[in-house]
Amino acid sequence: MATQSQSQFFASLKRYYSFYTGGFVAFVIIVAILEQMGVPNKVLGYIFLAATVLLYAGIGVMSRTADVSEYYVAGRRVPALFNGMATGADWMSAASFIGMAGTLYLSGYDGLAFVLGWTGGYCLVALLLAPYLRKFGQFTIPDFLGARYGGNIPRSIGVFAAILCSFTYVIAQIYGVGLITSRFTGLEFGVGVFAGLGGILVCSFLGGMRAVTWTQVAQYIILIVAYMIPVVWLSVKHTGNPVPQIAYGYVLEKVTAREVVLNDPTTPDGAKEAEVRAIFKTRQEATEAKLKALEAGGATYLAEEKAKLETAAATLKATKDADPAAVAAADKAVTDFPADAAAAKAAWTKAAAGAKAKTAPIASHAEPFAGKDQAAIDKKRKNFLALVLCLMVGTAALPHILMRYYTTPSVKEARKSVFWSLFFIFLLYFTAPALAVLAKFDVYTLLVGSSFSELPSWVASWAAVDKTLMSVTDINKDGIVQLAEITIGGDLIVLATPEIAGLPYVITGLVAAGGLAAALSTADGLLLTIANALSHDVYYKMIDPHAPTTRRLAISKGLLLVVAVFAAYVTSLKPGDILFLVGAAFSLAASAFFPALALGVFWKRANKWGAILGMSAGLGTCMYYMYMTYPFFGVNAPLWWDINPISAGIFGMPAGVIGVIVGSLLTTAPNKEIQDLVDHVRYPNLEGDIDTKAA
Amino acid sequence: MQLTEKHKEYWQKNLRVTGILLALWFIVTFVIGYFARDLQSITILGFPFPFYMGAQGSLAIYVAIIWYYAHYMNKLDKEYGVHEGDD
Repeated sequence: MATQSQSQFFASLKRYYSFYTGGFVAFVIIVAILEQMGVPNKVLGYIFLAATVLLYAGIGVMSRTADVSEYYVAGRRVPALFNGMATGADWMSAASFIGMAGTLYLSGYDGLAFVLGWTGGYCLVALLLAPYLRKFGQFTIPDFLGARYGGNIPRSIGVFAAILCSFTYVIAQIYGVGLITSRFTGLEFGVGVFAGLGGILVCSFLGGMRAVTWTQVAQYIILIVAYMIPVVWLSVKHTGNPVPQIAYGYVLEKVTAREVVLNDPTTPDGAKEAEVRAIFKTRQEATEAKLKALEAGGATYLAEEKAKLETAAATLKATKDADPAAVAAADKAVTDFPADAAAAKAAWTKAAAGAKAKTAPIASHAEPFAGKDQAAIDKKRKNFLALVLCLMVGTAALPHILMRYYTTPSVKEARKSVFWSLFFIFLLYFTAPALAVLAKFDVYTLLVGSSFSELPSWVASWAAVDKTLMSVTDINKDGIVQLAEITIGGDLIVLATPEIAGLPYVITGLVAAGGLAAALSTADGLLLTIANALSHDVYYKMIDPHAPTTRRLAISKGLLLVVAVFAAYVTSLKPGDILFLVGAAFSLAASAFFPALALGVFWKRANKWGAILGMSAGLGTCMYYMYMTYPFFGVNAPLWWDINPISAGIFGMPAGVIGVIVGSLLTTAPNKEIQDLVDHVRYPNLEGDIDTKAA
Repeated sequence: MQLTEKHKEYWQKNLRVTGILLALWFIVTFVIGYFARDLQSITILGFPFPFYMGAQGSLAIYVAIIWYYAHYMNKLDKEYGVHEGDD
């Protein structure tokens, strides 16, 4: 390796990845030809997923290493451009790739909190952390805490927090892997999880950070191509302009105009919408009446209701020439009837809420913080800004991202590398809002008003796959689709775009491969962070500092395996809601790490006790608020200032900052050595400087 | 190690550019976000202004902030003789 200079290395990397991109395009063309020859879609799905996972495995095997520096930080010679791509893939998870456009479709302006939060955080990374961490130049984030604050306590809190937020986040990724594999290959969810896990492990197990880095670059290329092709196509279809990001402003104007028409009951389309909403209103009231009666009558009422349904079914069957569909529906109503009062309450509450959601007029896509009065508007605005801040600061504190900046050759390259990172992330993030608007335009103008007898083919095919993603029911029996009759799940937008745009199935397979690349690359980075925190920080730095290299690596690899299997096991139990898990990881990281890391660089007076107090106060406050308010834990305490549990970091961060300041000022200033360390990280190169670099 | 006046000046300049860029970051994110409803009537390329900023404008400014910081600091390192070797 040493024989090759950095510029030669850069040139050969460029050559490899150009060949690779060409090869990938050729592969997609071959699959497209296979499709034309009549190979069934399911087989195409298998080919795509198997080929990409094998490719990642191949890179993993080629990058296997037994060198500590290669294993932990890819030999510190990843050029800025490639580290940018790797960070992009590391960063963009299943939630970004599949979920984000859907969130924007469903919540309009308010969904932009994710777009802003997940990009703006890189300003904090670039200005406050990346160059300084690179100068410090060891292996993990707890390493920095350990050296800057001294002693094992700050390091241990760092290890705990790193594992907590990475583990929360990795569950969401493995869930995404399971979802994609099961949807496109027909394997069961649990099997899909473990199959995907194999793909993650072959890569990181043999080559650590080095293998993960080069795989992530490959994954970035796949995911960005897969995301762009369908959106460009859809843009051409609706605007004639192949640059969706420029073209969709005018589409948004049309969507807004259409919203006004559909909300106005004096227009023919608006009247139909109002009719459907009125039906839902009646349903909601009827269900609420049933709930009330259940409250009063209990089991007796339930039995009476069931008897009524049975009689109705029996009468129907006794009638001559009864419609078989009606008979089946009556029978189904009897069998589906809730078994006991608790089940009935749960089912009816859900049904009432579902109907209620359909009674509201269409929300305007471009309007920020829509609400019925000023209080509702203020509450939405407050939560929007709080979420943006938590996501941004969380971005600048997630160990698997910060760790990537240890891998560049110099401080200068680290700075440039943050630029490339955000640039590559930006490409996807400024496309997602365009996709949401284009898809909305398609639904509002082409699907609404079409006849139930000739629905677009993508609607029928996705409704057949999963009712929660797509369902249309003719509520007012007029044979025409109204907007209120359509139910769309957020994940549908990205998954169905190729079909909405009228592209062949090969592009759908490509999108699946892109989603898988996004989820796998993030999971790789996270698992490595957890395993490294345990093997490097706990075992090597705290238990056995004299451990030989081979044992350190063996332990790291063993832990990686254990953590991965454990994470997959937890995922297969399907805990909680994905978006919340992701949000929780950001709030936790923001509260635990950010104050101690940033003040560690910018405030020399910050000391060990400040860090201990700040990190535990931040983490503690954040965890306490989540536990008390997130419904999953069942406490349901009142919210503080109406802030949603996903933004718990808004309380954790100030607690962390105050903790560091108070704790530091109450105890003595750090010694000369620590102060020299701070100067060391502040200047890329100092005469007579100390050296903190790890081999 | 002893820091010279020049070193201190370097750090002051770094703090100043960091502060200015963070202020810009704060404005395009939180000030525009806070006043989003009041800025709704301004239109740009067919977009209402706050939506444009949230979906594109602010993002592009973030990219520019990071580019400028890298460019400025890499130059400053050379000026003050604290740059690394040419590897």
